Amino acid sequence: MPEKPKIAFYWCASCGGCEESVVDLAEDILMVVENVDIVFWPVAMDFKKKDVEAMPDGSITACFLNGAIRTEEQEEMAHMLRRKAKILIAYGACAHLGGIPALANQFSKEHVMEWAYDKCPTVTNPSRTRPQTSYKDNGRTATLPAFRNVVRALDQVVDVDYYIPGCAPTPALLKGAVVALLSGKLPPKGTTLAPDIALCDECPRKASKPTDVGYPEFKRPHLARIDPNLCMLAQGFVCMGPATRGGCGALCINGNMPCTGCFGPTSRVRDQGAKILSSICSSVAPKDEAGIDAVLEGIPDPVGTFYRYGLAHCLLRRKVSLNDSAEVAAK
Amino acid sequence: MPETFEPRIVAFFCNWCTYTAADLAGVSRMRYAPNVRIIRLMCSGRVDPQFILEAFARGADGVLIGGCHPNDCHYIEGNYKCLRRFRLLRRMLDDMGVEEKRCRLEWISASEGDKVKKVINEMVEQVRALGPLDLPGRFRDWDKEVAALEHAAPGASEPCDAHAHAHKEEATHA
Ligand code: SF4
Ligand code: SF4
Ligand code: FES
Repeated sequence: MPEKPKIAFYWCASCGGCEESVVDLAEDILMVVENVDIVFWPVAMDFKKKDVEAMPDGSITACFLNGAIRTEEQEEMAHMLRRKAKILIAYGACAHLGGIPALANQFSKEHVMEWAYDKCPTVTNPSRTRPQTSYKDNGRTATLPAFRNVVRALDQVVDVDYYIPGCAPTPALLKGAVVALLSGKLPPKGTTLAPDIALCDECPRKASKPTDVGYPEFKRPHLARIDPNLCMLAQGFVCMGPATRGGCGALCINGNMPCTGCFGPTSRVRDQGAKILSSICSSVAPKDEAGIDAVLEGIPDPVGTFYRYGLAHCLLRRKVSLNDSAEVAAK
Repeated sequence: MPETFEPRIVAFFCNWCTYTAADLAGVSRMRYAPNVRIIRLMCSGRVDPQFILEAFARGADGVLIGGCHPNDCHYIEGNYKCLRRFRLLRRMLDDMGVEEKRCRLEWISASEGDKVKKVINEMVEQVRALGPLDLPGRFRDWDKEVAALEHAAPGASEPCDAHAHAHKEEATHA
């Protein structure tokens, strides 16, 4: 019997949701387990880093890596899995585009540390202890991986073969990818393994999507009642659908919430946030500055709204004025 | 900031008004700062915000957009669309640390060659005062932290135990 393809799953800066999505395969996971050998999956099985180190380069058929890259250790694992796997797949929004963790690219490392270990109201840390990369105690040294200044998507650290989008990806997408792997029918390198058309196309509300609209205001979903049948944009809620790749089956819309863009852009878009900004703003009703500004006040946080999952892949990558030159210079 | 800093400004001018005005300025032999690279588009409504971000990402210190005055757009609505995008884009750029004066929108009609000159000269001086934005350089700086690791931890074959970590930290903070 020929050897089964070897599969690895790994996680970096992520919430664990992507791992859940693997378990969400439900009975289909049996199909996966039957046809592949899972050789590394720290969240579910007892493998160690040294087990992967011992594998020959290129011996893993495919590695599904979720999570953004924030620490030295994550970067090192990404490099190692890149070498060990023939096919490296960025799995989920964080590996694909930076995801929620990349929203931290609006703040300096010092700011993040200060908040997490001192200023945050739920933190009690009177000695203001901060994590150290190395700490000596009783002649022994404990170490932690270094925390980088910038949060990166996987392809900003290593070469990536395929992308599976979503926060988290749907089990259907994962199943589709595994079937494609098993059959050897893979699309060209660099492909995002989801439909290459905007979400609106598969949205059950698309019939009511306005073609010619003038927004008199923008409403926020937690402050207004949402009509369960009408296109979100027609109601004045910011919906990322027009600038977001389809493939989720309009999950959020079906839960009566606007799309926040987790599938990222289609292949024809360079910058998802700039694209949706363009699309939405052009249809604001007023023609004068003051009137336009008043309507746009309904979008108080454009970065957090338009780059909810994609700040690492924004053309600007990060708040450009952050000054970590002192920290870089120290290296 | 180096003494000799010459700002690089990318200008998106609409075919029917502002580009014609820039042409007029040229034909009339007006002198204005040579720091502007003009890109002609059919309408200011064609200025995709992605173009502006890309210009900055590729090294522009400032981006200038020029279109027809309100009510004069050749395509009726294009300049209003441009203005609406610009209002939010500029707020977003500010949130991303790009100073307000680096991105400017002006209505300049075909006959206003002198306004082209005035706006460009003014903007060049304002951006000069701000200094280089130099995003390509900043990207390189940010990525030094990743390149550094590649040198420090070569190959999976090398055990990366606590000692190796500690050693690296000592080396990097020395
Ligand atoms: S804008 Fe949103 S609600 Fe409207 S059709 Fe597109 S995805 Fe559906
Ligand atoms: S509707 Fe949008 S945010 Fe929700 S799962 Fe689909 S792509 Fe993601
Ligand atoms: S043609 Fe000049 S702004 Fe539209």
